[in-house]
Amino acid sequence: MNGLKNLFTALAAAFLGLLAGALLMLAIGANPIEGFSYLFRGGLMNVERIGNTLATATTLTLTGLAMAFAFRTGLFSIGASGQMLMGGLVSIALGLTLHLPKGLMLPIILACAMLAGAVYGFIPGYLKARFNVHEVVSTIMLNWIAYWTIYYTVPTYFKAEYLETESARIPEYASLKVPWLTHIFGGSFINLGVFVAIGCAILTALVLSKTTLGFELKAVGFNRHAAEFAGINVPKNMALSLAISGALAGLAGATYYVGYAVNMQIGVMPSQGMDGLAVALLGANSPVGVVLAALFFGVLHSGKGFMSAMTSIPPEIGDTIIAVIIYFAATSVLFTRIWNALSSRFRKKA
Amino acid sequence: MLYRDAEVLIFDEPTGVLTPQEIDDLMQIMRNLIGEGKSIILITHKLKEIKAIADRCTVIRRGKVIGTVEVADSDESRMAEMMVGRAVSFSVNKAPRAPGEVVLEIEGLGVLSSRKTQAVKDFSLQLRYGEILGLAGVDGNGQTELVEALTGLRKVQSGSIRLKGVDITHASIRTRTRSGMAHIPEDRQRRGLVLDYSMEDNLVIEIYGLPPYSHRGFMDRKAIRAHAVALMEAFDVRAGEGPLALARSLSGGNQQKAIVGREIDLNPEVLVAVQPTRGLDVGSIEYIHKRLVEQRDKGKAVLLVSLELDEIMNLSDRIAVISHGAVAGILDPKNVSEAEIGLMMAGSSVPGAKKGELK
Amino acid sequence: MEVWDMISRIFPYAVAYSVPLLAAALGGLYSERSGVVNIGLEGLMVVGNFVCAVTISKLQPTLGQNAIWVGLAMAALAGLVFSILHAVASINLLANQVISGTAINMVAGALTVFLARTITGSGNVRITLGFVPFDVPVLHKVPILGPLLFTRTYATTWLLLAILGLSWFILYKTRFGLRLRACGEHPQTADAAGINVYKMRYAGVLISGALAGLSGATILVTFSGEFNGTVAGLGFLALAALIFGNWKPLGILGATFFFGFCATLANVSQVVPALSSIPGLVLKAFPYAVTLLALVVFSKSTQAPKADGEIYDAGKR
Repeated sequence: MNGLKNLFTALAAAFLGLLAGALLMLAIGANPIEGFSYLFRGGLMNVERIGNTLATATTLTLTGLAMAFAFRTGLFSIGASGQMLMGGLVSIALGLTLHLPKGLMLPIILACAMLAGAVYGFIPGYLKARFNVHEVVSTIMLNWIAYWTIYYTVPTYFKAEYLETESARIPEYASLKVPWLTHIFGGSFINLGVFVAIGCAILTALVLSKTTLGFELKAVGFNRHAAEFAGINVPKNMALSLAISGALAGLAGATYYVGYAVNMQIGVMPSQGMDGLAVALLGANSPVGVVLAALFFGVLHSGKGFMSAMTSIPPEIGDTIIAVIIYFAATSVLFTRIWNALSSRFRKKA
Repeated sequence: MLYRDAEVLIFDEPTGVLTPQEIDDLMQIMRNLIGEGKSIILITHKLKEIKAIADRCTVIRRGKVIGTVEVADSDESRMAEMMVGRAVSFSVNKAPRAPGEVVLEIEGLGVLSSRKTQAVKDFSLQLRYGEILGLAGVDGNGQTELVEALTGLRKVQSGSIRLKGVDITHASIRTRTRSGMAHIPEDRQRRGLVLDYSMEDNLVIEIYGLPPYSHRGFMDRKAIRAHAVALMEAFDVRAGEGPLALARSLSGGNQQKAIVGREIDLNPEVLVAVQPTRGLDVGSIEYIHKRLVEQRDKGKAVLLVSLELDEIMNLSDRIAVISHGAVAGILDPKNVSEAEIGLMMAGSSVPGAKKGELK
Repeated sequence: MEVWDMISRIFPYAVAYSVPLLAAALGGLYSERSGVVNIGLEGLMVVGNFVCAVTISKLQPTLGQNAIWVGLAMAALAGLVFSILHAVASINLLANQVISGTAINMVAGALTVFLARTITGSGNVRITLGFVPFDVPVLHKVPILGPLLFTRTYATTWLLLAILGLSWFILYKTRFGLRLRACGEHPQTADAAGINVYKMRYAGVLISGALAGLSGATILVTFSGEFNGTVAGLGFLALAALIFGNWKPLGILGATFFFGFCATLANVSQVVPALSSIPGLVLKAFPYAVTLLALVVFSKSTQAPKADGEIYDAGKR
């Protein structure tokens, strides 16, 4: 019943987001049916585009899992952007300085990116546990500290040959892209990160539903007073939860900056961090839901360029639709009321 | 509120924070008001108050009116029956029993409240095997802080707590649970249960880390389910979907019975029961009282903290009175009247009652 | 006095940079004092920035210099209208205020660029008209203070300082202010005393929207001159200033100026030899780090409105 309600909410929010997109297209004199058909074809029409959709969904899955994990413990971390940047910075730094065979290089990069994210996530966790500093505020601050760290570190130490605003390109042996995968998907951006994301989704689901750790984390999330009463170490679990969330976001950074991309640009707050919020919300914080929502947003993101090339509709329609979906997912109480009204009417009839 | 010249006054459980003497005063005030022609609606779960003051009594159960009776024409057991839906007995059958060795020793305990005031000061008390020690006092005299310090929820400022001779003053909550202390909390929905967890999860919330409920960090669902089924049957916890029902979906009485069952199932040497029957129907109260006495008869110790003087008088082998965060005196329930306890609760000493340990 | 020379040259820039921060942080103050967290400030600023740019570029041919003032007014209005989204979600629909605010940021960022592309073909809107800094007559000749505060000032600076004074008066000296603050501290008690909590929170959020819109417009007409779909995190910096300023008007003034000064130093450190020894990172990240530090230090005695971010549901009183 609860799952059904979540599905209804997610579908309703997605529908309203698409509807808002359609209205916007109408407003600028474009044909929504044509627009959407190009949007979805742009995300799905051949293996290359499907590969790109998967590559986009890879990062979104990981940031979505990061958000969902923190949510499940009752913490509202919106620090995925900053943790992604830190994971990305470490990946780029390693990629440009270490010279090892690819088979050794990639595990090191992934492990270090994960660690960087975990450390960056642990900070707000510790501040929350020890000083009761609200995690929303501390993660916002940390996001911008990460942003400026990249802004000054990358040009100083990892500068590209000509441009001041981005890092040098990472060598092939440091990239998550592998020839066989690229080949299957017709030269798309898909990379090994896709397996990392799937693995993390399975692992997250396992931890949350089957382990004592998940049991403790969820208990803290639902009712920290009762958890404390039962002898669960609440501060430790909070810090741990945000550290794990940060580790997932750090991995997202690796899959983006040395998987999807080949270098790091400065002065950009990665939108995947906040999109992860949308993914987690739409996926009702369940790992399966997160993967599905990430795929949906992946289609929107990778299809918008094609749509914009084929029609007069600006590509920002994709971001607008996602933003509207978040808005309606946030106001889910509205749909819950509708759902309750509908189901009680249905029950009366039956 | 009286200055507003109201004609109808509603009193919603007005006596929780009052001593028996103050309750009498309040009753007198209410009688005066009635004499002036005002109307009073008194909402209470205490039949004694109804008997003392009300003219008519309407019983509601689960939001439905069961009936209205003239108080003068009906006795307490009749009204209790209406509240519960079946006959109830008020007296607790309790055979006399000689207390054993000291199991819990509190010495010179000092605890700060959340507002950093001295809530408990120089508090000393000994609890023995095979007794129910009632802690009586007016709400807000340090009971909450004392219990939280005992069970590890609050830091101890000074003094010591020893359980079975081992110093646990600064031990973690889990350590205390493992070394034989259980706690029925004051607020079952805030502390006692994770309302969004199923009953089976709530029933293992202190022991999920131990075999057979988990192995190497993985939960064993089968064992957890079996544990819940057995416990819910033994303690008569009724839930729509059995062990899988969310704690939120249970009635208050069933929630409380589940907590009592869970804590007794830990087989504790010391059971700290705080307001174990607050807000419950008479039927559940009767059941929980029986279980507490059973615990004592098994030779375990029970510290019963309650604002209901009746409950304390009925169940306790000894009564400690707490006033302003310190022990005002220790009394034998057989040789003391409610009025005497009431005076002590208000802070005045009573001739005949000894300070400190009763021999 | 080389240092003095440098300071007196930087100061007017720092003031100009602080003013939009002040406007947005004041907006946040109204919202949070009423009990609604508004992390959508950034997005509302983008909306104001965009609407002001469009208004000025459309009206400039007919109105000339006056178009700027119309632009400012339209920006405030647009911010107000846009913030209704946040108000409805967080006050009526019991939405999580942080999610709703994030959604506002995302909608604003995407929608304005979308519209800009439809209007101009590119994602940017450039204006050729802006406020020209002026020296305040007489006062700019006062020693020390003159060069610092009354030289090369913008009209918006004085407007915002007036709004700051007005805000202090409104919040602490009027019935409205008392009621607004009550809703942020104890909404249940406020409701019991006959205050319409929903209405007061609406007022708080809408005022914050108008001020954030004005803030975005100020950026445009003083130092940026172009809409490009972002205000580069200034909204979040304003949020930091609100916290660092301890949710008080004068505290906010101090915090915004302090942050503005840091940011300006960082911006000019490349060209001023005396400053190049301080890494830009330190200056830019400083405001965020110091806010974090302040949160840690004051965590035991925070002045944050007690019910800040709490959903108020009259049904659950």
